[in-house]
Amino acid sequence: MVDLLWLVIALPLAGAVFLHFFGRYLREPLGGLLASLAIGGAFVVAVIAALPFFEGGEHGTVILLWQWMPAIGANLEILWDPLAAVMTLVVTGVGALIHVFAIGYMHGDGRFSRFFTYLNLFAASMLTLVLAGNYAMLFLGWELVGLCSYLLIGFWFTRPTAAAAAKKAFVVNRIGDLGFVVALMLVFTTFGTLSYSGIFERAGDQLTTGMATAIGLLILVGAAGKSAQIPLYVWLPDAMEGPTPVSALIHAATMVTAGVYVIARSAAIYDLSPVAQTTVATIGALTAIWAASIAIAQRDIKKVLAYSTVSQLGYMFLAVGTTAYVAGIFHLMTHAFFKALLFLGAGSVIHAMSDEQDMHKMGGLFKKMPTTAVTMGIATLAIAGIPPLAGFWSKDEILASVYARGGWFSFLWILGLVTALVTAFYMTRQWVLVFLGEPRWGEDKHPHESPRVMTVPLIVLALLAIVGGLINTPFFTTLEHFLEPSFELVSMQHPPEDGLLVLILAGLSVLAAVGGIAVAFVSYRRPRERWLDFEHGFGPLWGTWEAAYRVDDLYGATLVGPGRKAAELTAFGLDLKVIDGAVNGVGRLVRYAGDWTRTLQTGYVRNYGVLFLGGTLLIVIWLVAGGM
Amino acid sequence: MVDVGWYMGLAAALFMIGALGILLRRSALVMFMCIELMLNAVNLTLISAGRVLNDLNGQVAVFFILVVAAAEVVVGLAIIVAIFRRRATASVDELSELRG
Amino acid sequence: MVETVLFILMAVGALAGAVTVVGARNTVYSAMGLLGTLFSVAVLYVVQLAHLVAAVQVIVYAGAVMTLFLFVIMLIGVDKSESIDERLPRQRLWVGGLAGVIIILAGWLTVSGEFVWVPAEEIPFDVEATNGGIQQVAEPLFTDWVLAFEATALLLTIAAAGAIALAHFRRVRS
Repeated sequence: MVDLLWLVIALPLAGAVFLHFFGRYLREPLGGLLASLAIGGAFVVAVIAALPFFEGGEHGTVILLWQWMPAIGANLEILWDPLAAVMTLVVTGVGALIHVFAIGYMHGDGRFSRFFTYLNLFAASMLTLVLAGNYAMLFLGWELVGLCSYLLIGFWFTRPTAAAAAKKAFVVNRIGDLGFVVALMLVFTTFGTLSYSGIFERAGDQLTTGMATAIGLLILVGAAGKSAQIPLYVWLPDAMEGPTPVSALIHAATMVTAGVYVIARSAAIYDLSPVAQTTVATIGALTAIWAASIAIAQRDIKKVLAYSTVSQLGYMFLAVGTTAYVAGIFHLMTHAFFKALLFLGAGSVIHAMSDEQDMHKMGGLFKKMPTTAVTMGIATLAIAGIPPLAGFWSKDEILASVYARGGWFSFLWILGLVTALVTAFYMTRQWVLVFLGEPRWGEDKHPHESPRVMTVPLIVLALLAIVGGLINTPFFTTLEHFLEPSFELVSMQHPPEDGLLVLILAGLSVLAAVGGIAVAFVSYRRPRERWLDFEHGFGPLWGTWEAAYRVDDLYGATLVGPGRKAAELTAFGLDLKVIDGAVNGVGRLVRYAGDWTRTLQTGYVRNYGVLFLGGTLLIVIWLVAGGM
Repeated sequence: MVDVGWYMGLAAALFMIGALGILLRRSALVMFMCIELMLNAVNLTLISAGRVLNDLNGQVAVFFILVVAAAEVVVGLAIIVAIFRRRATASVDELSELRG
Repeated sequence: MVETVLFILMAVGALAGAVTVVGARNTVYSAMGLLGTLFSVAVLYVVQLAHLVAAVQVIVYAGAVMTLFLFVIMLIGVDKSESIDERLPRQRLWVGGLAGVIIILAGWLTVSGEFVWVPAEEIPFDVEATNGGIQQVAEPLFTDWVLAFEATALLLTIAAAGAIALAHFRRVRS
């Protein structure tokens, strides 16, 4: 089955190509069904191909698809190892569920088939990224997912805000990509190849600490762009302009995890640079608490989830920065389950509320849409970290590993703990505001439960959110064994050995979670004026959180504004006046020269006679001079 | 015997006077006469050079030049007459429409 | 001795004629000046033993061509004097400049010693070879240069036809 792995990429790609040309002839659900089948097929292939890894100890194979640029080690080759398998299963599995959900969500849209074209293209791109056997192919996938993100965020491009958001996402990503490309250049100059097989084994011998730090930091720049960490996270909240399935798939479960994946994949390089590791972890922790504080005060249901994603990605970065790679990938997986569930649930709510997204105008929806309410409640508990749901196990493993590292990381552990509290708070706030209390919506809204094509994926994801964590508890470290062969060359951080310490740490995080839930529940399970008072009780702080610390304004003033002025200067000052001026000036010069020369043509023969004589004289002089 | 240089000098002087005459006079007829002057100067040069080099071809060349000059005068004067019929002027300065 | 005297006399005559051509206000005076120059140059031809050419010059040039000139002067206006003012701007300036340059150049060439002045005694002079009688000139004309001869004959014919065509133009149009 391993030699059929190319199908994993080929099926969604074929779906995209087919829908691109023939999608417009298909009636409504057909395009969506086709796309879902494509990615579902990819999932099946991936499962079967991953079976050997379940026994553990299997190292993985490299499958060459096509020779692209062999001289620099950049071919189209698949590295099928446990890490790639985990990522592929998450992408195809969660992706398939989201495809099915989208069939219901995008019902009635004029460009229904085109949406699925882009979704399938995205899936193919993400799988290229994840299955790549060298940095070049990874970068190919990296750029393609960026493109698909742009296409999908701006799917409703007639809305100016959507078009602007798509542009912003692409541009901010580009900044990260610059760092990434420089990192690839450094990798190439050090190793002479971009192929994983030529790099990771030799890393210990050929990399100096300085070079490893440089590469590590530059990869972090790229990862920060793609995975929305400080300072390049600003595109993710704006990306909520896209349809909700897009937010679920790309900006929660898959594309944004590419940064985490790339760092985990490059573990051999990070192994040699404690500085790079610490930087990654610190950025992750700071981003986690920064974004969580912003999420507290958001009114838009999707913006809460967007900042929540940024915050949870911070957790993953914290994990891989501490070299707790298994913990990071574990959280990536569980986060995909409950975040996708949360987004799809939010989509269900928005759909039912006729595109209303302001939580202040919701409330009391539990009776109207019980399935959505219950599944979202499960997801809320999962993300808050309540055992035995998935989020608890993964988040706790991260926090325990960070604590075990000690030193500076102890401070980061505190940040992580506080973030857990805040996370529980704002997620509960969201759930209470949406589903409990008195209805605050107008007469024009008729909320109802969503059709089965939308609720079934919700239920499946909820089940995964419940049991998904059990694959890596301190009692059954299945995932760790699964992933071991991918990380056997590097030193990996683990949770402390001492069982009691682990228990205490777990208890602390559960306490934080429960505390957050309690505060939120009590504060918001009240009439509207009371919780408005609660919010105002924070004074100007609440407004600052709601405005996301005005970071966008800061960037606008320092970067975008001057950038635009520079562009205007170049376009209208340099290009128009100088370059066009020079070119036009040449034209003018020629015209003036022509005008002057024209004056020689007086029409008088006697003037011409003078010219004759003068010319003849010159020739005579020249001949005489030549003869001398 | 007179030095050849004298003859050449005379011819050169005649030529120069003819050239200046073209540039300074307005009447087409007088310009024509100056052209004839120049041709004569050239003929003189040729004859003198043939004499120095003991070559009869100098005189043969002069012969041809004479014939061609005659033909040229015929046509040129016919043109001047035709122009005079149209514009009642023989001044070359009036014929200046081919200008920039 | 004879040659020198003749040369000086004829040179003066030729130059005087030339100056008259250029300087006279009356066109007929210019024609007379030209006539004088032609005759002087014809004498100089005879001095240099170019008898046929001299004869042809007098008969054709002085005889036919100048007559033609006088006819045309008559047609166009004998008594019209050309006005002396120069209407083209800076024309006299340019001409004066050119003349000055030429004179300086000629003077420099003569005086500078770069060019050798060959005195008459050193030039070999073969009377036989350069005696331009009818027979002597006719020989190369009809043997070596017969093509040019025929071509010039053709040229004359075309010129005559052209002159007739030009003269008739007006009547055809009206």
